[in-house]
Amino acid sequence: MDITVRDVEHVALLARLELSDREKELFAGQLGAILRYIEKLNELDTDGVEPTSHVLPISNVMRDDEPRPSWPLDKVLENAPDKEDGQFKVPAVLE
Amino acid sequence: MSILSKYETVIGLEVHVELKTKTKIFCGCPVEFGAPPNTNTCPVCLGHPGALPVLNRQAVEYAMKAAMALNCEIAEWCKFVRKNYFYPDLPKAYQISQYDQPIGRNGWIDIEVNGVKKRIGITRLHLEEDAGKLIHIEGGSGSLVDFNRGGTPLIEIVSEPDLRSPEEARAYLEKLRAIMEYCGVSDVKMEEGSLRCDANISLRPVGQKEFGVKTELKNMNSFRAVQRGLEYEQLRQAEILDAGGRVVQETRRWDEAQGRTVGMRGKEEAHDYRYFPDPDLVPIHLDPEWQARVRASIPELPDARRERYMSQYGLSAYDAGVLTSSVRLADLFEESLRYTSDAKAAANWLMVELLGYLNAGNLEIQDTKLTGKGLGEMIGLIESGKISTKIAKTVFKAMLETGNAPAQIVEEQGLVQISDESAILAVVDAVIAAHPQVVDDYRGGKEKALGFLVGQVMKETKGKANPALVNKLLVERLKS
Repeated sequence: MDITVRDVEHVALLARLELSDREKELFAGQLGAILRYIEKLNELDTDGVEPTSHVLPISNVMRDDEPRPSWPLDKVLENAPDKEDGQFKVPAVLE
Repeated sequence: MSILSKYETVIGLEVHVELKTKTKIFCGCPVEFGAPPNTNTCPVCLGHPGALPVLNRQAVEYAMKAAMALNCEIAEWCKFVRKNYFYPDLPKAYQISQYDQPIGRNGWIDIEVNGVKKRIGITRLHLEEDAGKLIHIEGGSGSLVDFNRGGTPLIEIVSEPDLRSPEEARAYLEKLRAIMEYCGVSDVKMEEGSLRCDANISLRPVGQKEFGVKTELKNMNSFRAVQRGLEYEQLRQAEILDAGGRVVQETRRWDEAQGRTVGMRGKEEAHDYRYFPDPDLVPIHLDPEWQARVRASIPELPDARRERYMSQYGLSAYDAGVLTSSVRLADLFEESLRYTSDAKAAANWLMVELLGYLNAGNLEIQDTKLTGKGLGEMIGLIESGKISTKIAKTVFKAMLETGNAPAQIVEEQGLVQISDESAILAVVDAVIAAHPQVVDDYRGGKEKALGFLVGQVMKETKGKANPALVNKLLVERLKS
């Protein structure tokens, strides 16, 4: 499967990455190579094999609905680049 | 209305309901409304690298219960996926949700508008986590994020495009709210955001099979807003179509203050969420035994209860519908019937006096101190002639405010009805003597004059005289 520069631009936009033209070319080639490699899997006959979403043969890992202490506020905000009134401050988001 | 009659409106609702668990869906942080910002957060719900989610069993059970109450088919196996998008209220840059294997599918609920019953399909019900809350700073210098709500378990309930009017949409939403409340899976308070509703609406010429272009409506924060927003949008689209224009597919925001919908700045990029299975969470197996246990915990739902009130207590469809629209109201009604056998009286007191009181004060049932026992006993006091219906209104209001037993209120406020004939007779004679003209009118055939005299006796006795006795004694005296 070939990956075009347009595909790279689309994915880069979704990931909020800014790429130079040279990088777009470079990644298009690399991503295409990865996908071509993965395509080898299509050679296998998977008819009659149940699709799986997880590699471990386990299910229902759950916990009881019991509260546990949250983090102290100063620790919560410790890594925030900007904060105000006990909250994370981010660039203005307009709807 | 003439412009609307050319078109058929098609509406589908997407409803989010916050589940009433004690903790978040993937971590042990408490779920509570109104806590100081970011005090109910931890590395999991803040999306710190390496923090791992562990599923809350109660959230799964509530979602399953809700899906069953909405007549959905339950998936025996389901899984969680990542829905990827960037937004500051979503710290991981993905929301853990469900996609191809929702917990419930193909459900339905019945609604009734103007006496016409209609079944509305439910496409799917899935479990997911809520996002944080963004507050915009005045002046646009930035936005503030509070992640307390982030990770609250939510169910998303998507209806089929079966609704044909804003009234139907409202009826559907109210029924959905009642069912969730009955099941005890959510507080379902629109004003606190534990019930939220988005709508898709389109119009098509009457008779056309294909759907028209739809718009998505957001920010409708009350039942009234849902109906008003849809009414506005319905008319807006009709006017565009009628002028030969085309409706633009977009998301619009309901502006409550201005009473109109406003186009939101559209995202250039079509949504591309790149769903994929969340490798941090293993599949959920809703085995038949677990399903049976949850199914057995579903209480009698509003429709069944309404039917029962009609057949068991002889209530009208309307009265039964009002009483069962909220589980608290229905429970009060039934509790009162352990203390009185007069179901119609109990229904009337609740529907007229209680709901009137709540509406006037913009209150909810739990804001009052009324008990079913108190109501039942009060009706008993009326039946036994201890208090009149008029006095009972005073007693009822006191019960709402103090929660005291009706007998105690009657005692303390000296409200006992006067049923002593000689005591009433004395007042009757005094009133007759004081109003010779009215008495002559009555004797001359003016029946209405009696009402005035009864009123005078009631006034003299501060409303405490037994009205039936007053009537009887007055008539006897006037005829003699």
